[in-house]
Amino acid sequence: MANDIAVGTIEPGCKKVDPILVADNVTRQFGGLTAVDVEHLEIPRGKITALIGPNGAGKTTLFNLLTGFDKPNSGTWQFEGKNLAGVASYKVARRGMVRTFQLTKSLNAMTVIENMRLGAQKQVGENFLAGLSQIWTSQEAKITAAADKLLERFKLDAKRDDYAGSLSGGQRKLLEMARALMSEPKLIMLDEPMAGVNPALTQSLLEHIKGLKANGTTVLFVEHDMHMVRHISDWVIVMAEGKVVAEGEPGVVMKNQAVIDAYLGAHHDTDLGTMKKGK
Amino acid sequence: MDWIQTFNLTVGVILDPLTAAYILCAIGLSVHFGFTGLLNFGQAAFAAVGAYGTAIGYLTLKLPLLMAMGFALLCVVVFALILGIPTLRLRADYLAIVTIAASEVFRYLMSTSALKEVTGGANGLSQFGYDFFDWNPIPDGQYSFGPFNWTADQFWLRIFSFGLVGIATLLVWLMMRSPWGRVLKGIREDEDAVRSLGKNVFSYKLQSLIIGGLFAGLGGIVFVLAMSNVQPQTWVTNFTFMVWTVLLLGGAASMLGPIAGGMVFFALWVFVNEILAGMAALGWLPFLDPAQVGQVRFILIGLALMLLVIFRPQGMFGNKKELRFNG
Repeated sequence: MANDIAVGTIEPGCKKVDPILVADNVTRQFGGLTAVDVEHLEIPRGKITALIGPNGAGKTTLFNLLTGFDKPNSGTWQFEGKNLAGVASYKVARRGMVRTFQLTKSLNAMTVIENMRLGAQKQVGENFLAGLSQIWTSQEAKITAAADKLLERFKLDAKRDDYAGSLSGGQRKLLEMARALMSEPKLIMLDEPMAGVNPALTQSLLEHIKGLKANGTTVLFVEHDMHMVRHISDWVIVMAEGKVVAEGEPGVVMKNQAVIDAYLGAHHDTDLGTMKKGK
Repeated sequence: MDWIQTFNLTVGVILDPLTAAYILCAIGLSVHFGFTGLLNFGQAAFAAVGAYGTAIGYLTLKLPLLMAMGFALLCVVVFALILGIPTLRLRADYLAIVTIAASEVFRYLMSTSALKEVTGGANGLSQFGYDFFDWNPIPDGQYSFGPFNWTADQFWLRIFSFGLVGIATLLVWLMMRSPWGRVLKGIREDEDAVRSLGKNVFSYKLQSLIIGGLFAGLGGIVFVLAMSNVQPQTWVTNFTFMVWTVLLLGGAASMLGPIAGGMVFFALWVFVNEILAGMAALGWLPFLDPAQVGQVRFILIGLALMLLVIFRPQGMFGNKKELRFNG
């Protein structure tokens, strides 16, 4: 397959044909520990990119830095060519770069549909005075229709009027992702979207993420589920000890023996049952 | 024991203007705590700013009463900004500490003799509010409704103060059904989630602090109109805690909670006082002399607040489901 993502040699930090997000020299230290030290990183537009690596590799910290939830010790990054370093997290989201969290942040004492409505952008009724009037009701109806459509797709429509706190862990994960989609992001950053999700639902979720790509949304996700990484990602970036150590197409990166041994574990593909028998 | 007097006092306090003042403060606190999750332990200060603003505007700045009230509300906004801008980035529990300190700072500032010319120092300010009764559209005379018996001025004061309660409740209802209120509730649940959805959390928290503070400021205005004076010792932390009790009794995130909470709280307050005083006078409580009744009442209220928070955190009107998943 011809490579339509990277330019030149494929190596850590390589240039992309059409990057949506470009980061340079992003570092973050916690005391003496360097959690993130990314020299150069480009995320390809319109593709599904997986960010993988062992626990403590700095994946979530990098997410936090790029979305303004944490401040780096140094570094600059641009989203769609515009500087994003030092921009407040809510402004990052308004620019179209929306994230989810590893520890799900569903708004528990609000109903599922209210969670969804909150995700919509540019709501007139979110202005105090406009909120007191009735001018927001027609927009509210549109938002609700869009929310209902997404809930149906995520199989949460039956839970529409339940409090988010009554959902299971996996359902909350789905709700958080659906809520992020309400903002119609250009780049959606998913932090372990599959963690705790029922396997029966995984397939439809994967299809949905592919659907996002078809609609032109760029996806960047952190995931430990290699099945998901292999099946839906167009590009894989491997991080370890804060640095980008490898990247490339999933088939190529996953075959890289050094990556497999160091970051995925030598037996990542073996069923635990057979491994026991084998030894 | 005079049962008729006990009954009349207990029922009478339900529509007392001071009850309305506490209810207004509790409505403000419901915006802060019930809907936005801001732990404000300085509600007394917002009410005090409203009260002092009115008195100072009227007596010192010689403004007409209505403009003095407007001046008071403007002062509340300024106070909320001064308090909110540096503190609203803090975590919730730090905000509680800062607000309680700010309310004490304001109270001491009002009672210091250095500002005696403006604030009246420890004696406070009095001799105002006549204009308010000049506005009274009700003809002179006695007005009786069941157990209630008021002069025209008392009747007018009650119409005004409970009218404000009604308007405040309506406003909170309109706010909380709007997308604006939805953002506040989101912040109560998880600030970072709301931030990640592109909402300016700091701005919403500041708006909430100002609006809840304005309701408390109205409470302070009602308080000074009813008392015709303003004194620094009114705005002790006890005031804040009574507002909290009223709010939690009624339900922190409910529309009718502050109203019902305020009425029930003060009815019980008076009733317990009368009963204890009556029993002490009859010698049924040998361990208690009549002068101690007031203190015992505070102990009982404190106990009631603890039991309430433990066994019925949603209050009388709160939605149990809205609180069940917290924590």
